[in-house]
Amino acid sequence: MSAVTVTPQRRIGWGVVNAVVLLYAFVPVVWIISLSLKGDDTLNDGSYLPMNPTGEAYSQIFGNSDFLRALVNSIGICVIATAVALVLATMAAYAIARLEFPGKRAIVATSLLISMFPQIALVTPLFKIETAIGIFDTWPGLILPYITFALPLGIYTLSAFFREIPWELEKAAQMDGATPYQAFRRVIAPLALPGVFTTAILVFIACWNDFLFAISLTSTNAARTVPAAMSYFTGATTFEKPTAAIAAAAVVITIPIVLFVLFFQRRIVAGLTSGAVKG
Amino acid sequence: MAEIVLDHVVKRYPDGSLAVDDFSLEIADGEFIILVGPSGCGKSTTLNMIAGLEDITRGELRIDGEVVNDKAPKDRDIAMVFQSYALYPHMTVFENMAFPLVLARVDKETIKTKVDEAAEMLELTQHLERKPANLSGGQRQRVAMGRAIVRSPKAFLMDEPLSNLDAKLRVQMRTQVARIQKSLGTTTVYVTHDQTEAMTLGDRVVVMRGGVVQQVGTPTELYEHPRNLFVGGFIGSPSMNFLPATIEGDRLESGLGTLTMPDAVRAAVAESSEKQVIIGLRPEHFEDASIAGDKPGATVQVPLDIVESMGSDVYAYFTVTGDQARSGDLEDLAKDTGQDMHGDGTTVTARLDAAARVRPGQEATLWVDTAKMHVFDIGTGRNLTAETAETTQAVEA
Repeated sequence: MSAVTVTPQRRIGWGVVNAVVLLYAFVPVVWIISLSLKGDDTLNDGSYLPMNPTGEAYSQIFGNSDFLRALVNSIGICVIATAVALVLATMAAYAIARLEFPGKRAIVATSLLISMFPQIALVTPLFKIETAIGIFDTWPGLILPYITFALPLGIYTLSAFFREIPWELEKAAQMDGATPYQAFRRVIAPLALPGVFTTAILVFIACWNDFLFAISLTSTNAARTVPAAMSYFTGATTFEKPTAAIAAAAVVITIPIVLFVLFFQRRIVAGLTSGAVKG
Repeated sequence: MAEIVLDHVVKRYPDGSLAVDDFSLEIADGEFIILVGPSGCGKSTTLNMIAGLEDITRGELRIDGEVVNDKAPKDRDIAMVFQSYALYPHMTVFENMAFPLVLARVDKETIKTKVDEAAEMLELTQHLERKPANLSGGQRQRVAMGRAIVRSPKAFLMDEPLSNLDAKLRVQMRTQVARIQKSLGTTTVYVTHDQTEAMTLGDRVVVMRGGVVQQVGTPTELYEHPRNLFVGGFIGSPSMNFLPATIEGDRLESGLGTLTMPDAVRAAVAESSEKQVIIGLRPEHFEDASIAGDKPGATVQVPLDIVESMGSDVYAYFTVTGDQARSGDLEDLAKDTGQDMHGDGTTVTARLDAAARVRPGQEATLWVDTAKMHVFDIGTGRNLTAETAETTQAVEA
């Protein structure tokens, strides 16, 4: 017996609100899919949906070795950056949430400072540094800045999750005979998994969508990621914009993110710690 | 199973605050010890020091004759039941209870036997596959107990294990805890702020206040011979009545009227330099004068405010006007029970026989058992009458 009875009017009201929100969110997505399916001749026909869909743009970008190479770069760089950032952020967040040590506030403040710094201001110094030490236009050249900017995000999200885990669980594990590492691995880490997955999604999306560093710190196919590579697409002639190809590429690079989120979302189980302690 | 010795143990936090001061206690093998006191008295800190969750600043902690000050909790072979239960939410009841054994690398078959055994004892057998989130408070509490029992540790430490249960369940679990402890015969240190638990469970009770041990003794000793005002007021429910009084020769002038002191009491207060004292009378030391007959004691006339008939007893409340008994001990007690209101006069509780003919709003003649009266020094709170009755602290194990 639910206290709130759902009247038909109420149901319709919510239906309308939901429809409006979904429409607002999906118009651009449908639009770009529609664009990617149009041929050059129908591109400017003014209709929202393609009249005679064609996979021309897709075969064009998958026949483009630059794009394929960029896709590999994107996946490799983002996965490595996410993994490294997660490991470091988990350890840092655990320490920040659980331990009292000198300089703790300084670390938290610094990481917050980094995330507040406008990235555009750092592009030139980073370019200088990377060319000087020879990692410009390489994978590490992008992975390093990505980790740097992912860490504050990761540390903040994860330390919030760690703080939610009752400290008594760790004490209980110690009393049950666990070493600090065992307590972390068998009790704390499994409980922090939803936080780790949430952070993984956020960090991965941030890296995947980055354009600024990707365009400024690369010069060739060696490390150029998809967002940057797309800006180098050329049309059949100088006066023609490769609109369909860019749309197709945009659709293609959305797919890994959707998969990534769907995969990890299943592991974000809300209320995993419920039942641990009373109240 | 083991004996635990705390030898002048001190806990001082880095910020300088003293949590436990000079705590000495010998806990015999198989003994059930209760640490009791108001919140912030250092009882949990003491327990955590025995567990190894907190460092010992000074002094020695010995388990089975071995100094364990610097040993990690896992090397002390002690199990603990937390107030919040601290169950592992991602594990089933079985996995929760098996966890200490898995860490100790016990083989699977033994684990199963031991967990099943403990589950049976705690009536958890049909819940073994459930997660803690799907259990009731009482069941969670039993899982926490089970986790402590399975590996047959040297000692159990329990930190207010029943305080999160509702009143009825608490009484039920209290007897179960006592039964389990008796059948296993494992040394147990039990922390509580509930004096009823302390009185009913413990072989011996340690009353603490502000990090200092006030008195150690069997529940009866504490009840009958409290060493000071604090212990007197803390142990017993309803609590002891305190009234200020003046010594006038062999009589005590109090708000109740004039009480003639029996010889034992007179001898005890003879050394008191102060004329002003506080007398302590337990509710059951009052009786309807017509029922008491001519037993030795004093009779007083009091106007009753409220009379509560409980069937077995009658509780009569009356107010004694005049100054209230004031002392640091009493103020601490009042703060703990939340009765820090200062009304006019002192409310006295008397527990009378069910046959007592008393009416609210009427004068009643009450008999006072002056032989059982406690007289406390007003300055130090020391029980002047306790010395004569000081008993040995040998354990009746």
